[in-house]
Amino acid sequence: MTPLAGYLLLSAMLFAIGLAGALTRRNAIIVLIGIELMLNAANLNFLAFWRFGEHPEALAGIMFVIFSIGVAAAEAAVGLALIIAIYRHYKTANVDEVNSLKG
Amino acid sequence: MTLPFAIIAILTIAAAVAAMSLRNLVHCALALTLAFAGLAAAFLNLDAQFVGFAQILVYVGAVAILIVFAILLTRGGETPEKSVFSASWAWGLAVAVVVFATLAWAITKSAVVERRPAEQVEASVRQIGDALMTRFVLPLEVIGLLLTAALMGAVIIAMREEGKSK
Repeated sequence: MTPLAGYLLLSAMLFAIGLAGALTRRNAIIVLIGIELMLNAANLNFLAFWRFGEHPEALAGIMFVIFSIGVAAAEAAVGLALIIAIYRHYKTANVDEVNSLKG
Repeated sequence: MTLPFAIIAILTIAAAVAAMSLRNLVHCALALTLAFAGLAAAFLNLDAQFVGFAQILVYVGAVAILIVFAILLTRGGETPEKSVFSASWAWGLAVAVVVFATLAWAITKSAVVERRPAEQVEASVRQIGDALMTRFVLPLEVIGLLLTAALMGAVIIAMREEGKSK
């Protein structure tokens, strides 16, 4: 197995684990954690292709990851605020018990 | 495949599986922190020092604390008696397995994986700062605006509704 294939397979594995968690768990916080894992797997892909790419001196992969980390941080803050608001309203953080739009 | 990469990969995958399957939410958050640390080690292994340390600062530091706060605020600290998996968990697992199989098949069949790494890449903080202030200055401004908006949005969403104090 070549080094790039190793990184890409690790990234695919992390993405699949995050997807499985986001699809199967009931607690909204764990669903958000799964989404964070998927975002991080994408970051690992960016860096692997940057390191093994044609022009690493252009720093395109690193810039992508820096901005992606910024967007993911904003997403985590808003997502957890939404979970806290839902918990205050429904008294539960399980996504399968939050099943009405009107409340 | 080298020994450091194998150690990092096994540690990260084991921590990620634990974060997705443990029953106690606090244990999940701790396992997630370990997975983020493993990813930071993978970034360092790829000669991306700045991003590796930014990953430790942002994820192992800030996001993990945020998640622990959310768990405690939603009283998720106790282990639930009922199942932690949703009723249709088999479908979710099947979708994830199919996605991984497709990705792994595409990766192993691709010609891209034969690439060798460039000899010596130089990605110092000085170069990253130069690039951020010249070529990437517009995205930098946009991300600043986005973070400000997200900060205000998170505070407004989580604020207690007026006259409905419980």
